[in-house]
Amino acid sequence: MDMSVNSLGRSVPMYLPGVGHFSPYTSPFAMLGKPAASAAPMQLRRPMPARSKVVADIEKAVELSGLKDGMTISFHHHLRNGDAVIPMVLGVLQKMGFKNLTFAPSSIPDAHDCIADYIRSGLITRLYTSGVRGELGKLLSAGEINIPVVIRSHGGRARAIEEGSISIDVAFLAAPACDCLGNITGHTGPSACGSLGYAITDSKYARYVVAITDNLVEYPLHPKISIPQHFVDSVVCIDSLGDPKKIATGAARITRNPVDLRIAKDSFRLMKASGIVEPGFSFQMGVGGASLAVAKYLEEYMKEKGICGSFGLGGVGGYMASMLEEGLFSTVFDVQSFDSAVTKSMTENPNHIEIDASWYANPFNAGCLVHNLDCVILAALEVDTDFNVNVLTGNDGVLRGASGGHQDTAAGAKLSIVVAPSFRGGVPSIKDKVTTVTTPGETVDAIVTERGICINPAREDLLASALKAGLPVADITELKKEVEKLTGIPHPAEYDYDKVVAVVEYRDGTLIDTVYGRK
Amino acid sequence: MKPCRSMLYIPGDSPGMIQHAPVFGADSILLDLEDAVALTEKDAARKMVACYLKYYDFKNLIVTVRVNGADTEFFDDDLKEIIPCAPAAIRIPKCNGPQDVLAADRKIEALEKENSIPVGTVRIHAMIETAVGLENAYLIASACPRVQALTLGGQDLTADMGVQKTKEGWELFYARSRVVVAARAAGVDVYDTVWADISDKEGLLKESKLIVNLGFTGKAAIHPDQIETIHQAFMPNEKEFRKAARVMEAAENAKKEGKGVISVDGKMVDAPVVARARHLLELADLYGFERSGS
Repeated sequence: MDMSVNSLGRSVPMYLPGVGHFSPYTSPFAMLGKPAASAAPMQLRRPMPARSKVVADIEKAVELSGLKDGMTISFHHHLRNGDAVIPMVLGVLQKMGFKNLTFAPSSIPDAHDCIADYIRSGLITRLYTSGVRGELGKLLSAGEINIPVVIRSHGGRARAIEEGSISIDVAFLAAPACDCLGNITGHTGPSACGSLGYAITDSKYARYVVAITDNLVEYPLHPKISIPQHFVDSVVCIDSLGDPKKIATGAARITRNPVDLRIAKDSFRLMKASGIVEPGFSFQMGVGGASLAVAKYLEEYMKEKGICGSFGLGGVGGYMASMLEEGLFSTVFDVQSFDSAVTKSMTENPNHIEIDASWYANPFNAGCLVHNLDCVILAALEVDTDFNVNVLTGNDGVLRGASGGHQDTAAGAKLSIVVAPSFRGGVPSIKDKVTTVTTPGETVDAIVTERGICINPAREDLLASALKAGLPVADITELKKEVEKLTGIPHPAEYDYDKVVAVVEYRDGTLIDTVYGRK
Repeated sequence: MKPCRSMLYIPGDSPGMIQHAPVFGADSILLDLEDAVALTEKDAARKMVACYLKYYDFKNLIVTVRVNGADTEFFDDDLKEIIPCAPAAIRIPKCNGPQDVLAADRKIEALEKENSIPVGTVRIHAMIETAVGLENAYLIASACPRVQALTLGGQDLTADMGVQKTKEGWELFYARSRVVVAARAAGVDVYDTVWADISDKEGLLKESKLIVNLGFTGKAAIHPDQIETIHQAFMPNEKEFRKAARVMEAAENAKKEGKGVISVDGKMVDAPVVARARHLLELADLYGFERSGS
């Protein structure tokens, strides 16, 4: 395989058979500020006027779609681990005898180990996704199945769809509420999931769109429509989209883990010291652990000081929705909702706005929201002394994570803070070199652990502010040594560098790293 | 010695917590071999705590260990394993009278000698958690120089008194007052009991302010999230701080000038006021108060 070394010193292929040519990553904004690029055409359709698009079943919809071997199918992951649609559709396609399909979901829910079986069977022979976990991760990382895998961030996927790097032939979109002509929303219904942000992008660019619903409502769907009927070709009614308990989980609670709370507190103190928490400030956080716990301290401070932020962005959980309700942000932009509290907020609060993946994070449009973020709090599996972050592969090199919006928000936010315990399960989180770079250190301003705050040397201003505020600043190399005194230095995993398991795109389409098979 | 406002309880059988002890911001920790450890885990916890004391860098934390009571089969083994590791102090549960302290003192002294540790290195924190112990509080505090602090055990004391422990804490008001006076009279530190409701920080702050005003030098915490609230209660206010700074300045000037009488703002101040001022300034240092311009 013809390899090139990118600016981070990572070997990346120049060409991936069955996928195409790539360029190596050079810097976060190297591809921006240039003349406009051409985009993929939006599909025009010429159906006869109809009063219903409801067809008998998935098989019929597949027949109407004109799907053929070798084509690309897409799904969204808004139903999370409650999703039953992806396995259902793949089961039908397998039964219909399809093979050699490109599987291009927005991401793969943790529970879908069946994807591994469909790769083994030859139904799926290319995989484009944000993340890979579970059995599928183990299967791919074992290097036994040689299919091309491309990992993209949420913004990177929207860019790839809009520029034509991902050309979706048929999008199968789970629709928590849908009418007979294909107006869809995720806000209501027994399988309500909130925002359908990733599905919206697919619906605009797919050659054929199938809405799959367990909640066929009277035409027209109201009061909100996430995906309008003019993007939808067929509607299929099924009994259930999945397990509502796993689709709309209860609101994530603030952790009581004292290490996470310590990390959260110091992250907040860094935000405060940076001077960024002012009226009109914009913010994105995660929905668990230390990342979510930052909101607790932020909320108290904003209330105390009477600060109203401009917007919250995400990946939105119940806590962000409650901050909107309390007037701490004037608007929340929601590309993906995480719990049932969010669904209620989307339905009832006009300032809780559903956005698509491109609006959220596509670097190649006229202005995505991540570029307006003041601060983002991000988690990590590993970090390194160059501040690079890995959210994709474990310490053992096995695929077990997702790129998500990590690299998009880190690049866009004025202050990007990565939170991580200094070690997990006896394994240190700070490495000389992360196993896989998913987010370049050039876009990470600080790494906060329970044992100290490491500030990127490029941010001298932030370092000065942190020191002035008396924060526990630590040199990342020294902190790494301190942690290794406790944990020892793990033996690095061994790889077969002839087996490229996956390539990791940066948000602009250049390659930032390669995942190899384990020895 | 720096002021010790907070003492975080950490179960002796919880390596996950012990390894993070230095990061929570407590002034001191108490590695617990007693109530937090199940009967079946006593040996394991004792050995693990000893290992941590020997090999782990607790940085500038003051590390104390609560051993099992002298009336248990574990007491002697606990001392034999822990004293050679020379923690800052051993907490002795259920001290009912000076004889309990003196018995422990003799055993600790023997173990110190056996292990070539200077006698008196490992101090005793005597727990007052029975009615009879409360009645003997001063005798306990002054039983021997090894005693560094009295600590109030609210749960067991209220049980012994046959009353309910409440958030308002009136049932402990007399005990708190008595223990503080006994400790102050003996010249030792004094730690208040824990606040059990982790989620009620408002209640914790209220109780912490109360015990600060009663004269306690520190308070126990059962969750790291309580430490900051306890420290908040111990923070001197600006007015107190400024006055303490003036008292110390006057005391230093008087010393330089060889004067026996110290005067601040036109009023005479005596030795206890100077001692309190010194303590307040030491506390103020922990909160980053700037002394210049005082």
